[in-house]
Amino acid sequence: MTSKLDLDPGVIASCRDAAAQIAGQVGEEIAHKTTVSVERTVARLLGVDGVNELDAPLPNVLVDHVADRGELGKGVGYWLGNALLDDERRSPQQIAQDVASGKLDLCALPRAEDGAIRARITSECETRLAEIRGRTQERHELRERLGESPPPVRYVLTATGNVYEDVVHGLAVAEAGGDIVAVIRSTAQSLLDYVPYGPTTEGYGGTFATQANFKIMREALDEWSAQHGRYVRLSSFCSGLCMPEIAAMGAIEGFDNMVNDALYGILYRDINPIRGLIDQRVSRMVNGWFGVTINTGEDNYLRTADAIEAAPSVTASQFINRQLALDSGVPDSQIALGDAFEIDIPVKNGLLYEWAQAQLTRELFPDCPVKYMPPTRHMDGNLYRTHAADSLFNLVTIATGQGIQTIGVPTEGIFTPHVHDRVIGLENVNYVFDTARDLGEEIEFKPGGIIQTRAKEVLRGAHELLERIAAGGLFAALGEGVFGDVPRQVGEGRGIEGIVATQDDYCNPVSELMRGAPSRV
Amino acid sequence: MSSALPAPSGGPRREIDLEHVKPYADHLGDGIVQFSFTLPVPYGLAARKAAQELARKMGFAHPEVVHYQALTDGYTYFVMFGECTQTVDYATLSGEGFEIEYMSEDQIEAFAQEHIGRPIVIVGAATGTDTHSVGIDAMLNLKGFHGHHGLEGYKAFETHNLGSQVPNSVLVAKAIEVGADAILVSQTVTQQNLHVSNLTELVEIVEAEGRRGQMILTCGGPRVSNELAKELGYDAGFSKGTYPHHVASFIVRELAARVAAA
Repeated sequence: MTSKLDLDPGVIASCRDAAAQIAGQVGEEIAHKTTVSVERTVARLLGVDGVNELDAPLPNVLVDHVADRGELGKGVGYWLGNALLDDERRSPQQIAQDVASGKLDLCALPRAEDGAIRARITSECETRLAEIRGRTQERHELRERLGESPPPVRYVLTATGNVYEDVVHGLAVAEAGGDIVAVIRSTAQSLLDYVPYGPTTEGYGGTFATQANFKIMREALDEWSAQHGRYVRLSSFCSGLCMPEIAAMGAIEGFDNMVNDALYGILYRDINPIRGLIDQRVSRMVNGWFGVTINTGEDNYLRTADAIEAAPSVTASQFINRQLALDSGVPDSQIALGDAFEIDIPVKNGLLYEWAQAQLTRELFPDCPVKYMPPTRHMDGNLYRTHAADSLFNLVTIATGQGIQTIGVPTEGIFTPHVHDRVIGLENVNYVFDTARDLGEEIEFKPGGIIQTRAKEVLRGAHELLERIAAGGLFAALGEGVFGDVPRQVGEGRGIEGIVATQDDYCNPVSELMRGAPSRV
Repeated sequence: MSSALPAPSGGPRREIDLEHVKPYADHLGDGIVQFSFTLPVPYGLAARKAAQELARKMGFAHPEVVHYQALTDGYTYFVMFGECTQTVDYATLSGEGFEIEYMSEDQIEAFAQEHIGRPIVIVGAATGTDTHSVGIDAMLNLKGFHGHHGLEGYKAFETHNLGSQVPNSVLVAKAIEVGADAILVSQTVTQQNLHVSNLTELVEIVEAEGRRGQMILTCGGPRVSNELAKELGYDAGFSKGTYPHHVASFIVRELAARVAAA
């Protein structure tokens, strides 16, 4: 791709260097630590599922059992490995059940030799991961065989609270040309330190992300895809206090995409920054390994900060987020960085600034799909005006070649969209994408004009910000409220009690297999 | 009765009967309304008939389906027009003083200085499971919204914005701790009327704490109205289109009235 913005490659390279430095510092800060959610993820990937008689999920029961005995610093993998060696007839699931019923105390069993434990749990994990990866492979083949729309792919949110209604809404989305259906999670879920179990029919602002709900949606969309000869992707949210567990559940149920951004939970749910970033590292690693495309959440900053002023923070965050994802083992082709069309409507030449920002994101990250979000913040309930704003958003999307577009719906800002609102939104998208399909190829920008000038200004701002963050560290920047105007302190926040220091003999077979590196690194 | 105004358009002057007002589309008195909905029935002529029949039962004369389409198997969407056969008595309503005159930021500062003379303590949050801080931030944070400062930017107010997902009990405890003059609650998620039960709970907690008389209770959100707020036991409710100085005008006047009455 040739640059339409005349960006300085030296500045871009310097931004990348600063981002690498920042991500490296984050890596050091969160090393030698695990979380209860990371350990539950290990348990889930080893096949632990279900609930006890009080409806507590078995991964929680198992991990709490070890944590209560002060032994989580070795990792739940260590204790499962030891229990497997103790009695080869038990599977990890049976071990969890026996722990739940009080029949088994994992920390009281005779202790095998460390190397043997590690070898045993690693081979167990290898088998389980291979099995799940087989499903990832099936997904890949299904996508190839049925075919998908060319980018920008249309990403549509549903959020009824009832999984069976979500199926209806999801099918209406598929019918109208949607490419990715994402079921928003119930707003309450982000602060639960467990994943609810079973199909759910009640929830506000979204539907609980449970494995059973995942399966119901997946089956419905697969059936539609098979009948209509076009593959429809499914997405959910690796966010809140159970980021890595949701990544594991998504892999098991064959999800294609996942929102995955700890910063969102840190800024807007007051989740402790260290907890969030440890969970994110493992969550992204799991997504990356199973071929899931992640979406980051920079768009959200523009909901709480001004879109014109905050543009450099979005670009800076994209550099950092990409580097953190690469460090977790996610390749560029699976990193959909966030961006949004959120400039207030009456701003003169607002469209040109939006165009500059969207083009800038594409040119800075040519190998990342980029997830582009519609106007929401300034949508005032006048649904005709919103529909008009969405048309321009759609035009910028197609002309700048974004990878994934979250569609706008006319009733944005009024209520959770009704079933037909999404269809009306999609019709707008389809019309604009078709009518302006190759517009981007025909366009060059006036040298030194408004668009080029704006893009350079934003990049310069992002560069300054990245250098500043690299000097003080990401955690200090969070403390200052650099992102979204929301300050967060490293020693505060929800979920902080779930961080556990790892011991030298810490064993995490999932991380070791996925990263080919010892888990304490 | 002097409840008739001349129609503003040119041509022969017609009197608008303000006691019997109906929607205006193309000409006075036509009553034409545009509306849309989905029925959980398969697309087809029977579906079209059903939509027309339903609109007739809603009271529309001459309902017309101008567009209809299948959404997915078993669901059909309709865009319709129909003539409203009802009228409303605007003359009486217009006499009831619904219109509020808002003060500007400077006027509010001066008014508060004169009538209250100390910082007015405000505690705000998006409560319950609601994760949307956009409303409360627009009202309270310095930056405000569309160029209107939030209450944090006024000398008259000392503000505490607790953010989103704040339990009602925590909000009330904070309000008591800082001696709040007013509580501001924002509710964005309204699915299955969640906001109503959540707002009701807050009033109940404030009453249980015996603080109802000492605090001004206000709430806001895209589907909150002043009427709903009052019904739930709040002093005022604010909908879409509200700016911080609207809320501030209400609070300083109400507090001044209470101070004067005490």
